[in-house]
Amino acid sequence: MAYGDFVVMRDLNFTVNRGEIFVIMGPSGCGKSTLLRHLIGLNEPARGEVWYGDVNFTQADPIARRRMVRHFGVLYQSGALWSSMTLAENIGLPLEEFTDLTRDQINEMASLKLSLVGLKGFENYYPSQISGGMQKRAGLARAIALDPHVLFFDEPSAGLDPISSRLLDDLILELRDSLGATVVVVTHELASIFTIGDNSVFLDPGTHTMGALGNPKDLLDHCDNPIVHRFLSRGDSQNPDAAPDKGNQAAAAKAAPSSVRSNG
Amino acid sequence: MREAVQSKTDTVGESPKLAVERTPSGLVIQLGGEWRLTRDLPQIAPVIRELQTTPLRKVTYDSRALTGWDSSLLALVDKISERCKQLKIEENRDGLPDGLRALLRLSEAVPDNEGARGRVSAPNFVAEIGGDFLGFMGGIGDFLAFFGEISIALGRFLRGKARFRGVDMATAIQDCGVRAFGIVSLISFLVGVILAFMGAVQLEQFGAAIYVADLVGVGMVRDMGAMMTAIIMAGRTGAAFAAQLGTMKVTQEIDALTTMGISPIEFLVLPRVIALFLMMPLLCIYADFVGVLGGAAVGAGMLNITMKAFLNEAMHALTLGGVIGGVVKATVYGVIVAVAGCLRGMQCGNSSSAVGEAATAAVVTGIVYIVVACGIFAVIFHILYI
Repeated sequence: MAYGDFVVMRDLNFTVNRGEIFVIMGPSGCGKSTLLRHLIGLNEPARGEVWYGDVNFTQADPIARRRMVRHFGVLYQSGALWSSMTLAENIGLPLEEFTDLTRDQINEMASLKLSLVGLKGFENYYPSQISGGMQKRAGLARAIALDPHVLFFDEPSAGLDPISSRLLDDLILELRDSLGATVVVVTHELASIFTIGDNSVFLDPGTHTMGALGNPKDLLDHCDNPIVHRFLSRGDSQNPDAAPDKGNQAAAAKAAPSSVRSNG
Repeated sequence: MREAVQSKTDTVGESPKLAVERTPSGLVIQLGGEWRLTRDLPQIAPVIRELQTTPLRKVTYDSRALTGWDSSLLALVDKISERCKQLKIEENRDGLPDGLRALLRLSEAVPDNEGARGRVSAPNFVAEIGGDFLGFMGGIGDFLAFFGEISIALGRFLRGKARFRGVDMATAIQDCGVRAFGIVSLISFLVGVILAFMGAVQLEQFGAAIYVADLVGVGMVRDMGAMMTAIIMAGRTGAAFAAQLGTMKVTQEIDALTTMGISPIEFLVLPRVIALFLMMPLLCIYADFVGVLGGAAVGAGMLNITMKAFLNEAMHALTLGGVIGGVVKATVYGVIVAVAGCLRGMQCGNSSSAVGEAATAAVVTGIVYIVVACGIFAVIFHILYI
């Protein structure tokens, strides 16, 4: 990953297994969100490829890509709701575009998705009329509008109070379990990392490459990279009870250099 | 040897002092007085000179005479430290205040990101001109490529494969149609008045004042109506398009569309381009009419030409080719304004200042390309005898 001559990260090579919650972690400015943008096709890698199952996403033509991204749900840092539309219209748009549902069915579906994130009754509100935390939840409702196969979260807890942040973590777990979706979360919130992460990659801004790969709790116990250990142990000392509640599903590194592989 | 570097005397408190002393064990940098950002600070150059010329390979600090300090002293010591590292001179900071040492440690905790710094290096003058020229040429390429993307989206729309919200287009039509009436009326009327005044002064000398109507009619309908409407729309609607799309880029709303498999070109750009494509000919015809009225007002008020005679003469001077040519020009200008506005909005960076820059660039691009198109039209119409 690079911006012009400036290399953000190199030699990234990891696999996200179907149905797991994969955390991209690291200090601020290390390139977590940039990596996410590469995974969802908003940025192109300077070298390397992103695969979804057996399909090479990076090399796919625009039409194939558009077909693939319909199975993605992305929650952006700011929520990124379309400001000129009500919450119901925001959630209804993807349904309108990609399904043959009637207007009434779309409205019902929008209400349902909003109720899943605790925003029932806010259908006719515009994004500017609700709080930042609510915008984020509405963004999540839009992300799950089409029951995506892969859900991406960019800093889901940013700007939220600890309780809302914890609720959002619970929601991510519930959505993963109920939708059976693969979840990729970009975060540096250590409480979230230990609560929801099945697997993780640590981006090291010093070496501009992966600092570690594996279950966050295992990394805390066994990783010999001092930077990773320091990063994770700070969180553990703040949250002594925090522990991953999902089984460890070890990541399988692929042979191809500079590739990111997701089996979602 | 002791070289004192005195600062200008200040009225409040003891002025900051900086001196370098050579001792057998190395250089001692003497710090004294009150170091504040608001004071006249001593120059660092003599210290650096001393560091470069001294055969001694060790630097220590003496801050016993220091009565106060802030970031100004931190910046000074930081510079000295940097130079010591470059010259491989050993530096001992024991003589500095504890707080200052802690801040220096903090500033050195994260290594300098050489790659990031390299990106902001200022090019020299020639490289800057070359870069600007390449940027301009690239801008034409970007414009044409973007126009191509819009054409493909339009093709998909006409085949029923692309969709956008009707309400978005209705809003755009309202915004660049009805809401532009006021400003278009005012400017067109005044342009008509100006043309008539300019013509009247000259033509009256030959007793040919009635031909002011010809001048205003032909001038407005063939060129000025379309041109002035386009410039108004570039400043008003083109900038608005760029700001709207730029803000959507900053708030990641465009990313959200893309990652949902919805083309922003089809969903956001196409309705805006179509709206302006439909409204510009209507606005142009309206502007032509108001402009001729402006000329007629001057004719009636200054030249004693009745409204009826003025309009008759103006109608007589007009040709169908001229009228259609004016409307065609306006339509093309409208597309240019819309494409330039949307292009700059889609190219917007990720900061609030980038939105302002996008709006400015949209207006500049729009007006430049309108004038270029006007020149091309002049040549084509000349060849076609229109």
